[in-house]
Order: sequence, then C-alpha cells, then structure tokens
Amino acid sequence: MMTPLYKYGFFGDEFALLVAFAIGLGFGFFLERAGFGSARKLAAQFYLYDMSVFKVMFTAIVTALLGVTYLGWLGWLDLDLVYLVPTHLGPQLVGGLVLGIGFVIGGYCPGTSVAALATGRIDGWVYALGIFAGTLAYAEVYPSIKGFVNADDMGQVTLPEVLGLPWGVLVFAVIVIAVFGFWGATRIERWARSRT
Amino acid sequence: MNPRPPSPYANPYLAGIGLGLVLLAAFVIMGRGLGASGAFSSTLSWLVNLVAPAHAQANEYMQQYLGDGSTHPLKAWLVFEVIGVATGALLSGLLAGRAHIAIEKGPRVSTAVRLLCAFAGGMLMAFGAHLARGCTSGQALTGGALLNVGSWAFMIMVFVGGYAFAWFMRWQWR
Repeated sequence: MMTPLYKYGFFGDEFALLVAFAIGLGFGFFLERAGFGSARKLAAQFYLYDMSVFKVMFTAIVTALLGVTYLGWLGWLDLDLVYLVPTHLGPQLVGGLVLGIGFVIGGYCPGTSVAALATGRIDGWVYALGIFAGTLAYAEVYPSIKGFVNADDMGQVTLPEVLGLPWGVLVFAVIVIAVFGFWGATRIERWARSRT
Repeated sequence: MNPRPPSPYANPYLAGIGLGLVLLAAFVIMGRGLGASGAFSSTLSWLVNLVAPAHAQANEYMQQYLGDGSTHPLKAWLVFEVIGVATGALLSGLLAGRAHIAIEKGPRVSTAVRLLCAFAGGMLMAFGAHLARGCTSGQALTGGALLNVGSWAFMIMVFVGGYAFAWFMRWQWR
C-alpha cells in the first residue's frame, strides 16, 4: 500500500474534511494535555523556568521525522507527495521574528489560542480576535508588500538538498540537537527556578 | 462544594510523542501537515465577504480564500481541522478538570492590560504568520519534521524574537 492515501486517490475531498476534523481532534487533545491552553505555561518558555514548548515541539518533530524517514525507506510513503511550504527566506525570517514577538506579548500562537478559547480562556478569545484584526490588516496592505512576500523564491526545498548532505545525516543531526537541547533545557529550568 | 482540582499537565515528552504521531498521521493519510493560521484567513475572508462583498472580492489576499465562488470558503481543510482542535482541546480540558472560564495572566498585571496585550499579540502573530506562509503549526512543527529550509529559518527566528522581547514583557508574566 502506498501513502499518502489522499494523494493516491483512496478517498475524495469530502472525506478529507472528516479526516481534517479527526486529525485536529488529536492535535487539540495533545496541545491541551501538554498545558498549551495556558498562556502562562507557554510564555514560561521565554523566562526559562518551564521549557515545555521546546521539549514538546522537538519531541514531536523528532517523532514525525523518524516516522517519515522509516516509512520512506520501507517504500510505504512517497515523501515527494507530502506538501512542502515553498521557501522564501526573507519574509520567513522577518515573519518568524514578528511572530516570536507576538508570542511573548500575547502568550499564544494561533493553534494554542484555539486550545485556550475552547477551554474557556477569555484571553484566548481576545487573542483570536486579534488574529482576525491582524489578518484584515495584512489583507489590506498585501498589495504593497506583495513584492517582499514573494521575494527569494527557492521553491520546495529541504535542508539535505541545500546543504548537499544525505537525508539520514540531517535526521541524525536533528536528534542530536534535540537530545542535547532536552538535557540543557532541564538544567536551565532548574537554574531559573532556583533564582526566584 | 469545591470542584476537583485540575490534574497536572502531561509529561512534555509523552505529549510530544502524541503530537508527533498525529502529525505523522496527517502526512501519511493526507500528504500534508497541521495548520492553524490558514483557518483564520478563510473565516475572515468569508466574514468580510458577507459584510462587504465588493471589497472582499477586490482584495487580492482574501480572493485566494474565496476562490471562484463554486465552493463555500469555510469548506476548507484547515477550517475543519481547527474545529477538531477546539473539540479535542475541550475534551482533554474536561477530562483533566481544566476547562473553566478564566484569564491566563501573571500576578502583577490587570485584566484590561492583559487582554489588550492578548489582542496586540494576536495581531502581530497574524501578520508574522502570513508573511512567513504559516505559523508555529504550519511552519515550525510541520516543516520542521520535513526538514523544510524555510521552516527551520522561521523557527529559529521565532525563538530569537521571543527571547529578544521577553525582557520588555516580563511584568506581564512574572
């Protein structure tokens, strides 16, 4: 059996919406489990006394990365058919910076704000209103910043391709970074908590 | 009667494995990853199109989410996924005794200021996410697991931006 199932025509667009709901269900469940429905828990990442954001994110990345790597090697997943967001370095570097600042001011990102508002957090609702306002502002100025947003088009490209290294080497590098990161994050947490 | 105290949060590594398996399922079943900000774009475009259709249809950005009018703008993959996120989070919150009306804020900040910050942060976040073609879920998490170049560049800058600005915001959280 070859996957992605949807790309191989196992089901159509209507059923895909049901899949979307089911995938979202799992996503929301684990976000809330991790404590990411709380702005205080999320913001703590930036004050070093609780680095759960980093730990959860990198564990998830390593899990999914190992999954696609092994399924690809077994010939069960055609990675070329998995959608990659095109790389535009300039706007993505600036966008990341702006988003990071918004994160520490607002306490959420779009996905976690949905987890927050669903569990009754008023600040999550207000944050979501802010997202709508920001999206409207973006839509209004889009014609004048379009040139920048679409600059530096590198297409769909992966780190192994750009660095000229085998896929497996990069997977190993990510695992090493994650493991040292987890060890370091726990030490930093201990230090930051002892200061207060 | 006091409500039962909320359960502690899950171990971050276990929650991360769960999240990673959900992401892997999305890759294997759909050939795409997770997302969130796109659902807000679809919903906003639909709302503006209800209130001011001429304006929405003349707008190049909203037009991408409205399409040619043959399908409803809310009949989008990410919209259904985000409805799932809300449902899944509520389920987990109810099971853990964490679902209740509250405002998440530090001890030294007033409610009004906290909500103002939430609104401003949401605005900035939206702007950044649209510039970067995705947010923490669509870019950092999804693209991170696919070794996407732009996603890794984006993710590093999210942490840079957060840490660089954290000092100015510490009164809100500590």
